[in-house]
Amino acid sequence: MNNTDNQGDVWEVFVQSKPGLPHKHAGSVHATDKEMALQNARDMYTRRNEGTCIWVVPLDAIVSSMPEDSGSFFEPSDDKIYRHPTHYVMPEGAKHI
Amino acid sequence: MTKEEALFNYCLRLGDSSLILGQRMSEWCSNGPIIEEDIALTNIALDLIGQARTMLTYAGQLEGKGRTEDDFAYKRNEREFYNTLLSERPNGHFGDTTIRNFLHSAYYYHLFKVLSNSKDEMIAAHSVKSLKEVTYHLRHSAEWVVRLGDGTEESHQKVQKSFNDLWEYTGDLFEMNKVDELLIKEGIAVDLNDVKKEWLKTINEVLDRATLSKPEDAYMHSGRLNAIHSEYLGHLLAEMQFLPRAYPDAKW
Repeated sequence: MNNTDNQGDVWEVFVQSKPGLPHKHAGSVHATDKEMALQNARDMYTRRNEGTCIWVVPLDAIVSSMPEDSGSFFEPSDDKIYRHPTHYVMPEGAKHI
Repeated sequence: MTKEEALFNYCLRLGDSSLILGQRMSEWCSNGPIIEEDIALTNIALDLIGQARTMLTYAGQLEGKGRTEDDFAYKRNEREFYNTLLSERPNGHFGDTTIRNFLHSAYYYHLFKVLSNSKDEMIAAHSVKSLKEVTYHLRHSAEWVVRLGDGTEESHQKVQKSFNDLWEYTGDLFEMNKVDELLIKEGIAVDLNDVKKEWLKTINEVLDRATLSKPEDAYMHSGRLNAIHSEYLGHLLAEMQFLPRAYPDAKW
């Protein structure tokens, strides 16, 4: 916890909207421990029937790439369209590919 | 007393306790210690107001005089409310609210658990739905009881005092009269002595985890069954009922 406030640590919240779908980042909450982080996430981000499962992750457990990395990280894939599976025919009824 | 009259009174008890506790919780709106808790407390308020709506609407149907949920909420006076004395206790500090909610949520949890098998379909359905809500209210408040009780020396002392102060309003939760007697025979209501045993188990478990001690059973207030209240209910009603009483035809 930092010294400037007493709201607890920041936890990032990931909500799964339906079983089988990936958990998506919904936002963040303050909490002093895992259980309260989970409860706060439940209260903040699933009030309107948004979810079937919640993950909370301490902010400092997340490693993020930096803006200055974007050239070396992401641009090399710009001209490699053959990596997209665009030449396949999507099977009928497959919703989540 | 007929079965309908008894059931009518029973619905007012359930509806009023949810309504008054819900109104108390809504007083936390914008006053929570952190935004997350502010939302948690007002979520609970909304759950409770929802419970009140179901029970007061049902009471109106049983009575058959055309009174609506709003009539019951806004056009009755103190001596016509059958809520638990615990539900009208003022919010105090966050610890006071936490302990009050914990005691009341544990009561509702064990009450709705058994009322889910009530022979009255509405009471049973209401209990099944409400049980899900109060299970969360209980979990939320119990976790805070543990954190405050087993927190710092100051938080421990504060919530131990909250417990000691509120304990004398818990006897009222389990009192019964002829209404209960009649409805228990019909398989509609439940024996609150049984609910109390389960309630005490929950209280003791959480108190243990929270390193708090159970207050001694001394004087217990009573009033719920006869619509007798502390001085706090009048103030609460004055605020809650002001608008519909001042502007009777006001529409949302």
